[in-house]
Amino acid sequence: MVRSFFGFIGRRGFEFTGVFENFFKEISGLYYLTRATLYCTFLEPLRGKPNKWKPVWTQMEEVGVKSTTIVFLVSFLIGVILAFQSAHQLSRLGALDFVGALVGVAILRELGPLMTALVMSGRVGAAFTAELGTMKVSDEVLALEIMALNPVKFLITPRFLALLIMLPCLTIMADLMGILGGFLIGTTTLGIDPVTYINNSLDAMVIKDVVTGLIKSVVFAVIIVMVGSYMAFIIEGGAEMVGQNTRTAVVVSMILVIIADLVFTSLFFFVT
Amino acid sequence: MIEVKNLKKTFGEGDKRITVLEDFNAHMEKGQITSIIGGSGSGKSTVLKHLIGAYRPDFGEIWIDGEEVTQLKGEAISSVRKKFGIMFQSGALFNSLTVEDNVALPMREHTSLNEGTILIMVKMKLEMVGLRGAEHLKPAQLSGGMVKRIALARAIALDPKIVFYDEPSAGLDPISIGVIDKLIIDLSKKMGITSVVVTHEIPSAMRISDKIIMLFKGKIIAEGTPEEIRNSADPRVIQFIEGSPDGPIPFSKSQTDYGEELKEMSRV
Repeated sequence: MVRSFFGFIGRRGFEFTGVFENFFKEISGLYYLTRATLYCTFLEPLRGKPNKWKPVWTQMEEVGVKSTTIVFLVSFLIGVILAFQSAHQLSRLGALDFVGALVGVAILRELGPLMTALVMSGRVGAAFTAELGTMKVSDEVLALEIMALNPVKFLITPRFLALLIMLPCLTIMADLMGILGGFLIGTTTLGIDPVTYINNSLDAMVIKDVVTGLIKSVVFAVIIVMVGSYMAFIIEGGAEMVGQNTRTAVVVSMILVIIADLVFTSLFFFVT
Repeated sequence: MIEVKNLKKTFGEGDKRITVLEDFNAHMEKGQITSIIGGSGSGKSTVLKHLIGAYRPDFGEIWIDGEEVTQLKGEAISSVRKKFGIMFQSGALFNSLTVEDNVALPMREHTSLNEGTILIMVKMKLEMVGLRGAEHLKPAQLSGGMVKRIALARAIALDPKIVFYDEPSAGLDPISIGVIDKLIIDLSKKMGITSVVVTHEIPSAMRISDKIIMLFKGKIIAEGTPEEIRNSADPRVIQFIEGSPDGPIPFSKSQTDYGEELKEMSRV
């Protein structure tokens, strides 16, 4: 009885440590891949192995230019929704004119970077995992290694640089579209005077809001690329695993983006 | 050129540890074609993965061109890898690149040749495998035999001293097999390339090899010229060469007794 009880505890403990062990294995794997990527992207060019820019341009078009439509649409609608939602509450306080200020600050500091990152982790993160994962299962990654080409440098670095440049760009565009959405609804449906709307908005928004939003979007870019690539590189087996890991990559990068958002928001809240 | 000593490799941990390769010794001479044959699961692909540095052995040494390679890391292993080319079973061409870019890739990354020279070299390599004119096709548009020939062109792009072939004739029609065989022979005889071929196509191995190593359950059971292998008295070798279903090499891969297992199932 006693023995079986302790046996039960022991087994449970063992399963529990197993879960933890796996968790830390994944975390350390992600850490090492990120370190290797940073090394290949930023340090190796200084040591006489320059980055090639052609694949970076291709990827920038793929992840950046082709994502503009969806990012514009989402952020414009978010601006519209935000204006509608806040109008009701603010008008009860007699502060309807401040809809512009609320929409502007909320978009710049929070919703612009966050929504762009979430859309991109679905659109781009999934594509990375699926593409690199297929290369992994069809031995193309092994072929690269055998040809003495570093897969990290060859496959991840262009994607990493592309998203690192394009995500802040997309975020700025998303900010503009969101504010435009709020402005259109505010001045037409809600009947706020355009000049008042713009003045109130400009009073409330400061350059710091934009900068904090951009810092966040750089961190989100790192998360999306690294989770997407890591999930692809650990694939062993066939098509089934590619599908599974693509799903996992999207879920994990969305969660990590939101956690990172929380961390940075609280950091800026206390520090600035 | 290549010297393998006492190679041993196991997979798994604890009770589930299985030995896939044991006491593997081999010597592959310069300019000669060495074939490693054996059934599926005999460990021949494991040998190849050790030679190209994808696996690290539990025990043993591999000398390539006078250098011990099993303990190398980073830059050192890259410089060894530039000495050899490999033709994968699936071809492993990059699907996003055209044939031309695939063959040009090693040259663009590892040499400082200008683009014009590289394109001429690519054309020469494609002519060697008889596929000049396919430059602008994508790998998905090629047939199985063509994929392998392009893979061979890419493998020899940097004029390596050694070329490894992983199942070069698996899944090809007889004429394509003949073409690939001829290419392998031409490369090693005319250009002095050391070739290591992992295959289970016996007729092809007999035609091209200077030396054949036969593996069974991770151990070498026969070694010698094609003639010696053909005249071997070992029943396992005879069975493999004749491809007969009955003999010392069992058809069933299962470890447990069939009757026992059925009885066990009816009890549940």
